[in-house]
Amino acid sequence: MKQLLILSGKGGTGKTTVAGAFIKISQAKAYADCDVDAPNLHLLMSQHVNPEQKDFYGLDKAIINQESCAACGLCAQYCRFDAIQKNGKVYQVDSFACEGCGLCDEICPVKAISMTPCIVGNLKMYKAKDVFSTAQLKMGNGNSGLLVSEVKKQMKNNKPENTHLAVIDGSPGIGCPVIASLSGVDMVLIVTEPSLSGMSDLDRIVKTTHKLQVKPAVCINKYDTNQQISNKIKDYCEKEGILFTGMIPYDNMVIKAVNQGRSIMDYECEAREAIKKVYQNTIKHIELTEEK
Amino acid sequence: MRIAVLSGKGGTGKTLVSVNLARLAGNSHYIDCDIEEPNGHLFFKPALTQKEEIKVKMPVVDHTKCNGCRKCIDKCRFNAMAYIYNKVLIFEEVCHSCGACSLLCPEKAISESDKVIGEIQHGTSDMVKVSSGFLNIGESSGIPVIRQLLKQKTGTNDVIIDCPPGSACSVMESIQDADFCLLVAEPSIFGAHNLNMVYELVKLFNKKHAVVLNKTMEGENPSEEFCQTHLIPILSRIPYSQEIAKQNSDAEIIIDTNPQYRELFAQLLENIKKELAI
Amino acid sequence: MKIAVPVNENHIESGICPSFGRSPYYLIYTTDTKDEQYLTNPAANSQGGAGIKAAQFLVDQKVNVVLVPRCGDNAAEVLHAAGINIFKSQGESIQENIDAFEHNKLAVLDQFHGGFHGHHG
Repeated sequence: MKQLLILSGKGGTGKTTVAGAFIKISQAKAYADCDVDAPNLHLLMSQHVNPEQKDFYGLDKAIINQESCAACGLCAQYCRFDAIQKNGKVYQVDSFACEGCGLCDEICPVKAISMTPCIVGNLKMYKAKDVFSTAQLKMGNGNSGLLVSEVKKQMKNNKPENTHLAVIDGSPGIGCPVIASLSGVDMVLIVTEPSLSGMSDLDRIVKTTHKLQVKPAVCINKYDTNQQISNKIKDYCEKEGILFTGMIPYDNMVIKAVNQGRSIMDYECEAREAIKKVYQNTIKHIELTEEK
Repeated sequence: MRIAVLSGKGGTGKTLVSVNLARLAGNSHYIDCDIEEPNGHLFFKPALTQKEEIKVKMPVVDHTKCNGCRKCIDKCRFNAMAYIYNKVLIFEEVCHSCGACSLLCPEKAISESDKVIGEIQHGTSDMVKVSSGFLNIGESSGIPVIRQLLKQKTGTNDVIIDCPPGSACSVMESIQDADFCLLVAEPSIFGAHNLNMVYELVKLFNKKHAVVLNKTMEGENPSEEFCQTHLIPILSRIPYSQEIAKQNSDAEIIIDTNPQYRELFAQLLENIKKELAI
Repeated sequence: MKIAVPVNENHIESGICPSFGRSPYYLIYTTDTKDEQYLTNPAANSQGGAGIKAAQFLVDQKVNVVLVPRCGDNAAEVLHAAGINIFKSQGESIQENIDAFEHNKLAVLDQFHGGFHGHHG
């Protein structure tokens, strides 16, 4: 099974719309939403079964047992993350700021601190004729890289027989979740938009893929909002030797489709035709072999 | 006023709103906390006045003092150390700079040195002070950069904080000391879904908040419906315009050349003041 | 000589695990005695630095060689520092890979991927 990851660098370029369309065109039987901070793919891919759910635990976090606490303040003094605050007479751990290092537990003279398991997210898997793996990180949390890995693992472990292609909707940015989603994929398509912000972010995400030794391909969404910048992006790709797989016009139908909870592939429009071409240009670079 | 602009979903217009609001306010400080993909500086093109490196502390082992007890490796919850052939190996990208190893080493063999993970650039653009945070490629946590950005005190009347997208820890950090949170939402189900997430976040931190509806068009607006259901004030509606989209894509500050938008943002600022006065 | 292989379950039919750091078990195979030992990987559920912890574990087991489909650069650094050679496994069969290694048919693994630690995002 080959894995195609859709990334964007900058948010809002149309990653999920493209991912959803690709799933429809390819009829991929395995797909995943790795944007665990703000998952959206499930709003396009309506499911007819109830999902299997699993709690996701992050690093253990510190909790102060108030009965044993001597209020010496040593923990607050040494915490590098400003996670222990004095509220009135009581010392308390801010579980959002706590990074789970355990230093406070080690140095507490009365052993009043314990490191406790902490649910930071929720994994969901919809399994019918195909498998859809997704997750939601609880807000304010970190730990997103491992949750992304779990989403991918869940998809791989439950893929139906004869699945040749998996499509993965990635997350914006260049941090932990993106790095985790890039691991082990066969190809990445970066969906960018023609704006100076988009170009700047494209460069950063391309550098990130290079660092992880994954070859990127690029396509431009909403290209006609700024033809000059679209041309600049094409030139950039040529200069850097990056595969360019096409352009999609701005199309009002996209928002209508999204709001109907449907893929753009269900609507006859320019965007649909353009996405088909981008898909064909992208997919021919992945060898879809027989399932191993 | 310290106003944080956030959105949940990327690409809704956080930067459009924060840049134009800062410009309109005049004597203001624009802070770009979207340290993975900072963009505000592209609009302001600030004259750079200062660069500041952001460092975190990394452990360093003095092997003349190390006796191989491996307490550091056993206690490190991030698995950032290994012990091979009587030497401690340190993996900086996995290290959280918690300081536990150096504090707990019985032989006092571990000290700390600085590692650069990013930088902050300060500059000015007319009356606006611009501070942008940049996280180095490959670094996973930008929290130290955001913390340093928010410590800046420039004495301006208004501070506009351009937050990262989403609702994860970096966003939470960005809104810590904001007086007001402005949530930007686009008229799609995605937009409404993600608006819900940041709405929960600002409620959790008891932040005064309101919404700006961006790229509005005819037809249903799921984000507007969300606001109506939850009684969230809508302080402005910015209609979708191809012309504005193009100007924004060229990193132009739209109020500079469009009087009707200048008026719109002036009204938005007024509305925020009214909300804060309540 | 001791060979370590990341495996899905604690028996020879189970197949090589695609992940080094988060493999549920390791097979430690001793070539002269043909002894098979299956050990639970202490790093399997680590939030971050799994490759480092797993590699340290194998170093402590005095392993000489590791057979893996892929490996992170941090894990590789630990293994190499301990003088452990890393070979690229082919396919899923544990037995076939051990045989291939003993007949010098496996190539050295020289490409390592970047870390994707699951910590603070």
